[in-house]
Amino acid sequence: MDSLAAPQDRLVEQLLSPRTQAQRRLKDVDKQYVGFATLPNQVHRKSVKKGFDFTLMVAGEWAWLPGGAGQWPARLFMAPWTDSTPSLYLWVERINQTVEILKHTVDIEEKGVKLKLTIVDTPGFGDAVNNSECWKPITDYVDQQFEQYFRDESGLNRKNIQDNRVHCCLYFISPFGHGLRPVDVGFMKALHEKVNIVPLIAKADCLVPGEIRKLKERIREEIDKFGIHVYQFPECDSDEDEDFKQQDRELKESAPFAVIGSNTVVEAKGQRVRGRLYPWGIVEVENQAHCDFVKLRNMLIRTHMHDLKDVTCDVHYENYRAHCIQQMTSKLTQDSRMESPIPILPLPTPDAETEKLIRMKDEELRRMQEMLQKMKQQMQDQ
Amino acid sequence: MDPLRWSPSPCTSRPPSPRTPPCEMLGHVGIEAVLEQLKIKAMKMGFEFNIMVVVIAVIWLLTGQSGLGKSTMVNTLFKSKMWKSTLPGLGVPMPQTLQLQSVTHIIEENGVKLKLTVTDTPGFGDQINNDKCWDPILGYINGQYERYLQEEILITRQRHIPDTRVHCCVYFVPPTGHCLRPLDIEFLQRLCRTVNVVPVIARADSLTIEEREAFRRRIQHDLRAHCIEVYPQKCFDEDINDRILNSKIRDRIPFAVVGADQEHLVNGRCVLGRKTKWGIIEVENMAHCEFPLLRDLLIRSHLQDLKDITHNVHYENYRVFRLNQSHALPRGPGWVNLAPAPADLTATPGPWKVRWQAHDSSDEEC
Repeated sequence: MDSLAAPQDRLVEQLLSPRTQAQRRLKDVDKQYVGFATLPNQVHRKSVKKGFDFTLMVAGEWAWLPGGAGQWPARLFMAPWTDSTPSLYLWVERINQTVEILKHTVDIEEKGVKLKLTIVDTPGFGDAVNNSECWKPITDYVDQQFEQYFRDESGLNRKNIQDNRVHCCLYFISPFGHGLRPVDVGFMKALHEKVNIVPLIAKADCLVPGEIRKLKERIREEIDKFGIHVYQFPECDSDEDEDFKQQDRELKESAPFAVIGSNTVVEAKGQRVRGRLYPWGIVEVENQAHCDFVKLRNMLIRTHMHDLKDVTCDVHYENYRAHCIQQMTSKLTQDSRMESPIPILPLPTPDAETEKLIRMKDEELRRMQEMLQKMKQQMQDQ
Repeated sequence: MDPLRWSPSPCTSRPPSPRTPPCEMLGHVGIEAVLEQLKIKAMKMGFEFNIMVVVIAVIWLLTGQSGLGKSTMVNTLFKSKMWKSTLPGLGVPMPQTLQLQSVTHIIEENGVKLKLTVTDTPGFGDQINNDKCWDPILGYINGQYERYLQEEILITRQRHIPDTRVHCCVYFVPPTGHCLRPLDIEFLQRLCRTVNVVPVIARADSLTIEEREAFRRRIQHDLRAHCIEVYPQKCFDEDINDRILNSKIRDRIPFAVVGADQEHLVNGRCVLGRKTKWGIIEVENMAHCEFPLLRDLLIRSHLQDLKDITHNVHYENYRVFRLNQSHALPRGPGWVNLAPAPADLTATPGPWKVRWQAHDSSDEEC
């Protein structure tokens, strides 16, 4: 039909906006085209507007690389760090040897994409003479965040839930040992079902290449032997190109990553690089031949950040939630009184309005419990 | 033996201080410097010293967490692979109780034989709960003192009592770069009263020069704050010269050391070192690490002093403590019956009660 259109019509069409023109052309070409292929773009636009958040935990005796708390992980993201953050590791001033949990939040923006990065630091870990259960404050913290999210999710107002769940835990293994130490195994076993653990070898600049290889092999063997579930990189799709697949393979073979921390900029071969200056040479942090920092950054930020969040939401949090609900129902069968079903962790005393909200939430939960009870009855009857 | 020449200033015949670069003969360790050390001591004591030195026995204890390079350090010290670093196999669980392993070697240089026994402490400080992990070590040291004491109180005792007492304990501090950990402080506090302790910063190639200095100052501050007297102890400086020399050493303790038992070619020279992608760390290069200072201290300049302080102070202290313990028992015919050694040999005698006696004649095995 259009081929019979007058040339004036075609001129008019050309003068129309390119978008409507394109739409018209598409419509003409393929009447089956609906247009939902633009969904990813819409999602992208919305996400960029909303911004992302990511919570990273740093743990391990060797997590405190000279340079201060929290600075090194922030450098992964090239985040600015104010020097007013107090230095946390003056032992002279520390009185008790318990593990502390310290949170630092930084807002970063890159090419219009906003990221709210929270770094959870754990100074004091593995430091005392007796380190039994020194990971308990850390597991309590992770559980607390899950519990907070669970409450928020089950609540009435779910518009602005803040996600403080820990998405990734970078665990620093000592380069001086011959593999994993008992405290490393204890920590990872306590946390591997709650958070994505990415083991790293700290201070890799004190090892020669042969030693790094041996240590990585040993750590991998011990992780298998002790049944620790560290974060597994997802398999890349079969339709990805060879380069990407090769990169992915290299990434998996380099685990655990051997990293070096540095906040100083030094001159090397006429260039200013981030590194450490020794009398025998300069270690460049971003040089792939020197350490795996770049691989870690690529893995953590460029390719797997969202996967880490997904695994936290879909696996670890769901496990926690299922466990919670199970506890609730088992408590119900034991105890006829309608108490608050959520495992109690100390919360600040709420004000009147929040009280009201809590009462309403409790009502809702009671209804949910009744439903679950009915379902259980039905299952038992069957 | 040549008659001792009297030189107007004793300092000129001193062995080279740790500051001056030591003799760089390849393979030369410097054991025969002990003869020089004995000569100096004899001169101070003011009588002629006729030595028929056959074998010098020295016992060292190396302690610190695993992986800090203790075994490699011994190889580096003696430039020979006499100590194979043994990794526990994967199927072998970490030893739950600390087990000490001793290896003895006789090394000869320029007619002087050194019988060196190095005792390693694998598994120290590696457990989750390290409370009282120092007990086996203290027990071992006091056990050696007890053994010597039992030999000494015999009626017919040997001319040369075999000396298995620990002369020096080298403590490897992990290079955290911050300060001494609680475990380090607990251990050092207990051990410095029983044996000569020389702390070193292990694996110092992971710290830059500035970090090293800052770490060293913090460790020195911690040692002072907790009243830990490491070797060379201030109270045993005999005279002003000793004090000057030892002050210089004390200023640099703990030494930042790097151990290596592989040789590499650097500028046409064959050196012991570690080869990394960004350079070669030379163990004997003072700009890279302070290993030469440690070697000079332990072998070339203070070997005899370590033995003397062990014998005259630490051992005597232990002996007084044991004799006081047996005070309540009736005396036997002619000599003191010692009460049986307590099952718990970890009791430390307390602060030093025995002062250095300048004129003590030591005619035991040198």
